[in-house]
Amino acid sequence: MSQGDTAALEHHYTTTGQPSRKMLMWAFIGSECMFFGSLITTYLVYHGRNLQGPYPADLLSVPFISVTTFVLLMSSLMMVLALSAVQRGQKKWARVFLFLTAFLGMIFLGGQVIEFTHFAENGLSLSRNLFGSTFFVLTGFHGAHVTVGVIWLLTLWVQSLRGKLGPEHSLSVEIAGLYWHFVDVVWVVLFTVIYLMQGVKT
Amino acid sequence: MATSEAALHSPTGAHGHEGTYSGGIWSWITTVDHKRIGILYGLTALMFFVLGGIEALIIRLQLHGPNAGIVSPQVYNQLFTMHGTTMIFLALMPLGAAFFNFVVPLQIGARDVAFPRLNAFSYWTFLFGGLFLYSSWFWQAPDAGWFGYANLTSTQFSPGPGVDFWFLGLQLLGLSSLVAALNFAITILNLRAPGMKLMRMPLFTWMTLVTSFLMILAFPAITVGLVLLMFDRFFDAGFYNVAVGGDVVLWQHLFWIFGHPEVYILILPAMGIVSEIIPTFSQKPLFGYPVVVYSGVLIGFIGFGVWAHHMFAVGMGPIANSVFSATTMIIAIPTGVKIFNWLATMWGGKIRPKVPFLFAFGFIIMFIIGGLSGVMHASPPADLQQTDSYFVVAHFHYVLFGGSVFGLFGGIYYWYPKVTGKLMSETLGKWHFWLMIIAFNITFFPMHFLGLQGMPRRTYTYESGLGFHDLNLVATAGSFLLGASFLFFFWNFFRSLKKGEDAGENPWNAATLEWAIPSPPPHYNFDTLPTVRSRDPLWAEDGYEKPAADQEPEMPAGSGWPIVVSSGLLLLAIAAITSHLWLVGVGVLIVFVGVYGWSFQPVYR
Repeated sequence: MSQGDTAALEHHYTTTGQPSRKMLMWAFIGSECMFFGSLITTYLVYHGRNLQGPYPADLLSVPFISVTTFVLLMSSLMMVLALSAVQRGQKKWARVFLFLTAFLGMIFLGGQVIEFTHFAENGLSLSRNLFGSTFFVLTGFHGAHVTVGVIWLLTLWVQSLRGKLGPEHSLSVEIAGLYWHFVDVVWVVLFTVIYLMQGVKT
Repeated sequence: MATSEAALHSPTGAHGHEGTYSGGIWSWITTVDHKRIGILYGLTALMFFVLGGIEALIIRLQLHGPNAGIVSPQVYNQLFTMHGTTMIFLALMPLGAAFFNFVVPLQIGARDVAFPRLNAFSYWTFLFGGLFLYSSWFWQAPDAGWFGYANLTSTQFSPGPGVDFWFLGLQLLGLSSLVAALNFAITILNLRAPGMKLMRMPLFTWMTLVTSFLMILAFPAITVGLVLLMFDRFFDAGFYNVAVGGDVVLWQHLFWIFGHPEVYILILPAMGIVSEIIPTFSQKPLFGYPVVVYSGVLIGFIGFGVWAHHMFAVGMGPIANSVFSATTMIIAIPTGVKIFNWLATMWGGKIRPKVPFLFAFGFIIMFIIGGLSGVMHASPPADLQQTDSYFVVAHFHYVLFGGSVFGLFGGIYYWYPKVTGKLMSETLGKWHFWLMIIAFNITFFPMHFLGLQGMPRRTYTYESGLGFHDLNLVATAGSFLLGASFLFFFWNFFRSLKKGEDAGENPWNAATLEWAIPSPPPHYNFDTLPTVRSRDPLWAEDGYEKPAADQEPEMPAGSGWPIVVSSGLLLLAIAAITSHLWLVGVGVLIVFVGVYGWSFQPVYR
């Protein structure tokens, strides 16, 4: 083994054998759980304490948001397929699935824009009542996370178009995937808490 | 090249690597070396420590006698707010971070942290956050107290930019701490040298690991609390506005879910340092190592279940009060365990009362006093008498000054030879220690009595005839003596750089890996990674093995992108305070460019 190889090996030496970047993402996700946990708790604590309308039941549309939720879940499936394609070196499929993941994420964001606009037209705002404050801040922060994810995925997609996303870079895709799946899981919780449990008294 | 090769071939040579710190200002701005970043953290933290100390002295001057008017009530409120915020976020935490940076990679046998550029980013964001917060003195400093209770922080009761400076600064500092904590958790878990099992790690590294996880899990709560405050103040949301159904107690919960783990974030690193110093100066391995580790971990866990003991006066009801009272009393157990282990370590050891040992011993005694008054207000009926009085002020100064500050300064005396290659003066150090511990007690011990006599915390002044005068005068005199004790420290600190004796590799005959390499260490720390076979590698026979090096290892190259991203974030904070939308755009653009430049820059060049 040449000295260069030894150096390269030492660069990749880790105690657990896991890549540090991947562990970083897991630890970050732990922190994000506390972040969204605090926001969700705030939403629940203020649920049903509006002093004036519009109330959740006046605005929330479960059928509409079910569609965008389905779209986001499908983007998670595309993410799995994209990672698999990158790992196998199937460059064409990697490009297709990476783009589809980001594209479905953008559709979800489009749905959020439509929803926010609709709510605003019906008088809901950050300052209107507690539903407005908690709803916009909670779903807004989730949307911001999706936006970051979409930019990240598009960056990877451009890299794959330039032919710079071979199987040796699959870790980069895997880490982006961890983030993306986490953001999806958060949405499943938000969908349950905000839309499905809107009649529940807390 | 010749000198570095000579050093390579004699890695056990007595001469340190002065080249570690050479290079111009640019090499410091773009540095990703954990040792340099540790030094930057340490010097910046000491600077803010002095500023926070000056604020404290003005507070004491105002309270020296009845009806004094040294400063206006408004300025007084700003002084105690900035004093608390400074000492916690800008002095003690970064001083801990300085040791994490410099010491932890050396203790685990690593060449750097897991993410060197992220580490630089943490430092610059901390520096900019601190400067941003301090720039408020030129405009309007925050005045709502360091825990900024709602709705005192609302635009109705705190108009003007003071509170905006406070929460934007804290957001920057929080981000910096979170990123640093993630970095250190992964470094400790993943970059240990072969054979450095978890239960062989030095106690300071262990406490850094626990502290890092506390930061990772606690900071999001205050981030959310501050985000809600931001939406209230900037966009008229109603989170803490009772008029629209909001609840001011929500802030208290979010703040203290962060705030109590924060207490352990401040004290655990000091406990880790004490657990290094006491075995070294007793020349005896730490007594009951696993128990000391587990008690630290336990403190971390229970630390998340005690936050509402800061809120007994809110009126949460008997069940919540009882539960939080019980958990608070339970947390005294692992703390007591540690104290007995330190005492047992000293028992029968060859004690050398050098300056670091004195500080560690001072820590133990002062922390016991602070801990005992802590157990007192774990009981809600007692707490209702003591809360918001000077008794509480005395309590947390015994914990944070008598505890953290004594521990951290012990750490400075202990590792200064490793950082600089020079020994600090023992004589000046002893002057510093004895003056500091005497003055500390003159300052803060009378506050227990003042509190029990009914002097309220944060009071601007008091009437004569209430019986507060004499003890306040004593406390004020003590505080100036306390300030003077640090003159000895700074004199020693700067004088020893030039005139200190050469330290050599291991001046204290300590047991851990950082003492196996030259002082100051070469920029790559270990030319070959050591294999560790013992908990005390330098004391045990055949405790570690380090093969001879045949070449200098390649290290990550410096990078200017971290400071670019940090300055983009600073610009965003400035944009928020000046309400310039275009500046937000510029800030976002700089962050964006910085992140992309960073991502596509190879680590090794």
